[in-house]
Amino acid sequence: MQDPRLSLRGVTKSFDDVQVLRGIDLDIAPGEMVCLIGASGSGKSTLLRCMNGLEPVDDGEVWLDGVDIAEPGFDLAPVRQRIGIVFQSFNLFPHMTAYENVALAPRRVLGEDARDRIEALFVRFGLADHINKYPDQLSGGQQQRVAVIRALAMRPQTMLLDEITSALDPELVGEVLDVLRQLRDDGMTMVLATHEMAFAREVADRVVFMDQGVVAEEGAPDAIFSAPERERTRKFLASVLR
Amino acid sequence: MIAGVSTLIVLALVIVLVPLAPGWEAVRASFFDGEVFVRVFPDLLRAFLLDVAIFAWSVPMIFAMGLAIALARGNTNPALFPLRIFGAVYVDLFRGIPVVLLVYLVGFGIPGLGLSRPWNSPYIWGTVALVLTYSAYVAEVLRSGIESIHASQRNAAICLGLSERDTMRFVILPQAIRRVVPANMNMLVALQKDVALLSFIGPVEILRQAGIFKSLLANFTPYVVAAVIFLCVTVPATRYADYLLNRDRNARS
Repeated sequence: MQDPRLSLRGVTKSFDDVQVLRGIDLDIAPGEMVCLIGASGSGKSTLLRCMNGLEPVDDGEVWLDGVDIAEPGFDLAPVRQRIGIVFQSFNLFPHMTAYENVALAPRRVLGEDARDRIEALFVRFGLADHINKYPDQLSGGQQQRVAVIRALAMRPQTMLLDEITSALDPELVGEVLDVLRQLRDDGMTMVLATHEMAFAREVADRVVFMDQGVVAEEGAPDAIFSAPERERTRKFLASVLR
Repeated sequence: MIAGVSTLIVLALVIVLVPLAPGWEAVRASFFDGEVFVRVFPDLLRAFLLDVAIFAWSVPMIFAMGLAIALARGNTNPALFPLRIFGAVYVDLFRGIPVVLLVYLVGFGIPGLGLSRPWNSPYIWGTVALVLTYSAYVAEVLRSGIESIHASQRNAAICLGLSERDTMRFVILPQAIRRVVPANMNMLVALQKDVALLSFIGPVEILRQAGIFKSLLANFTPYVVAAVIFLCVTVPATRYADYLLNRDRNARS
């Protein structure tokens, strides 16, 4: 097997007295699309936040391209340029237009006036008409696509996507998922925490079922969804698929 | 309708009853003398321009200092902990001392060190006293604004690789400052009035000019004129601040 892009070993994380991650081991290969599924509170979001150092881990290792970024004192800024993250609640900067939201980091961090590249991204994801609008003038689906473009403008090698369709009205989910399909066709490495089981089954290379802070079961989507081996995976799938 | 009627009744009572007070004639003569009003009005208005000037050059300094103190108090870098302490002490100190006392202490105390002209000017040290007090208030207002910006905004910026400094400058501060504009408007109204306190240490601005006229004419009407001139500025300014506050509240709910 190829060297993994991202590799977690024995990662634990607690908030106050609650242990959210209880020893996670996970490898993500370059170009792989991994879907994290599991009930709310199972640790999916926290796991994603540990992958780019947004949450410091209590214990364990997070290897990115052969470097342990969980070492205390490690300078995370360069790491974060290589890992894009998109949040459930979009988190666009409300005082900036869509274009300014996207252009800020390339200008300040990469020292690059990336106008052509950014405009091409807006065109590609169907937002050319909205490039100069403010976030509150956009629908949730449009805002989330801008958030994806904002992350992509930093040319990340890996994208972390934290339930990015959960805050959307059902009719807007499709347009955001289409963006992810395009990224997958580009060969982007992606880790996606999601409740969209049908989508996970369709696009994931691998599905990871998390339960109470551990990886309870992982495998190819067909195996997980059709023939889960563990009882708690079956229970969870029965409750969400009905 | 009911409001209108009751207002009329109260107004009528005031107009009828107040003149019935035994001292009314004397009060009217010494506070509401029409002739004195007309005579002193132009000079007081001119003196008021000095208040406006002191106000105008204080404001940029107050906001620069207030921002610096707010950032000093808000920094989380352990190496810069002394700056946090400094910010906290600054705010406690200058918010805790009455403005008029600080005007006296700074305005008389520092020139008393034997400074030569122009560095012993009461304009300079009176302004410094106002800047110290008001920047402490503005710092607290700004800090509350900064803290009101949700952590997810900071996270989003940090995750894009922006530095702490750029995150503050481009993401947090522009939103925070916008959010506290109404509170700062109220601060400016209060400052506009407190400029008159500088009269205690020398500058012949409107309050001192009114005092000079009072002694000259043995009449208190100049003070009423000064009050009217202040109201002409502060009432519209307060209303505007309220308008901004309401608009802000409506926009967010």
